[in-house]
Amino acid sequence: MTQNLIDPAPRLDRAAIAKRAARDLVDGSTVNLGIGIPALCADFLPAGVELRYHAENGVLGFEDLAPPGEGDPNLMDAGGKFPRHVPGMAFFDSVESFNLIRGGHIDVTVLGALQVSRNGDLANWMIPKRGIGSIGGAMDLAANARRVLIAMEHTVRGDISKIVNECTFPLTAPACVDEIVTDIAVIEIDRARGRLVLKEVAPGWSFDDVQARTEAELDADGTVGLMA
Amino acid sequence: MPVNKTFNSFADAVADIPPGSSIMIGGFGGAGGQPTRLMLALRDLGVGDLTIIGNVAGISKTTGYGWPDDLEPIDQGMFFESGQATKIICSFPVPSTTNPLSEIEKAWREDRAEVDIVPQGTLIERIRSAGAGIPAFYTPTGVGTPTAEGRETREFEGRTYLLEHALHADYALIRAQKADTRGNLQYIGTSRAFNPAMATAAKVTIVEVDEIVEPGGIDAERVGTLSTYVDRIVQREAGDPLP
Repeated sequence: MTQNLIDPAPRLDRAAIAKRAARDLVDGSTVNLGIGIPALCADFLPAGVELRYHAENGVLGFEDLAPPGEGDPNLMDAGGKFPRHVPGMAFFDSVESFNLIRGGHIDVTVLGALQVSRNGDLANWMIPKRGIGSIGGAMDLAANARRVLIAMEHTVRGDISKIVNECTFPLTAPACVDEIVTDIAVIEIDRARGRLVLKEVAPGWSFDDVQARTEAELDADGTVGLMA
Repeated sequence: MPVNKTFNSFADAVADIPPGSSIMIGGFGGAGGQPTRLMLALRDLGVGDLTIIGNVAGISKTTGYGWPDDLEPIDQGMFFESGQATKIICSFPVPSTTNPLSEIEKAWREDRAEVDIVPQGTLIERIRSAGAGIPAFYTPTGVGTPTAEGRETREFEGRTYLLEHALHADYALIRAQKADTRGNLQYIGTSRAFNPAMATAAKVTIVEVDEIVEPGGIDAERVGTLSTYVDRIVQREAGDPLP
């Protein structure tokens, strides 16, 4: 919606977005991380926080990846990478895996997005121009995880806002997103009132700087904090 | 005396599959749990007009998804490259990249194949239902999305659900670590995925295993698929370089 704005300060890189999103993951939660920036959250958990990671393909309790060249094809994550064998992990089939998701047993999922709307609609599986896309487990996770956190870049090429009044891309799930962490802001979605509440901005950024790059109207409840 | 379900070659095990069949292919996507030798045998058989039912269907060849770095990935795209498949039902037909184009996307763009994209949890539950004698079920997944178009909906306790139908197939090609000669199967690690449910949902279930053992060679506590569901078993050659 806005073009040729000059950023007031650098934007956070992908790792820094993941690091900020990881701060909102609660110790002991069962968590599903999507591919891309969300998957990086695992590298930045605050001290003392332990999570139980779930992957759609049928593993709970995996940790980091096996060293290059030592991966076991029979121990994969949903991103097609190979975690290490660690004590306490559990394997199961896809029926059980989606019982966990659909049944509301996943505490939080961190997903990427193409668009998020004011009321928390999520679009993340198909660019209309391409005409074909992949859903995977995203619709089940978005519709059924207890909490949906989006980690993404705030805009796409040309400063086009990904946070919009209405999604123009095909939906993954309506009214599902609770919080958005981007390279310039942390935004909570008050779905009941259809409000986007700006909680934090990147260092050197103001409310107005973020609003100028956001199609949907932002609100603030009291002070806006600094992303760190 | 139990029927001998063991076949000597992958080619023999798929030899009677006729053109126009619907075929479930197990695993998740990636090398683990994929019936790669059975898939290659089906491709060599050359029958056409196939409907393939998979999950992450044809993205490994162009992205390396789920394959060790030192191997050339093999995926369900082979049936679209060969022109045998005219339809795929799956949750993940294409990778995020279009450079190079995957075989499925190529076939779809050239109007050689229909692609039916189903949310993964709905897909597995449709397959489970087929095996469990349940004709249809309600799911919250997909409500308010393109998946819901033309679907019946119903409210339960204030939430809207979609009616989804069981998904059967003529054949299931699946992969397990071990079979006993009766057809009981044991899986390893994350190679279960779609295999156990698909084994229950097809008229004929054909299994590729690393090892066939005598009854008792699989601990009764560790049987992952019951012999009743299994029609044919083929053992890989020792030292097969494919995972």
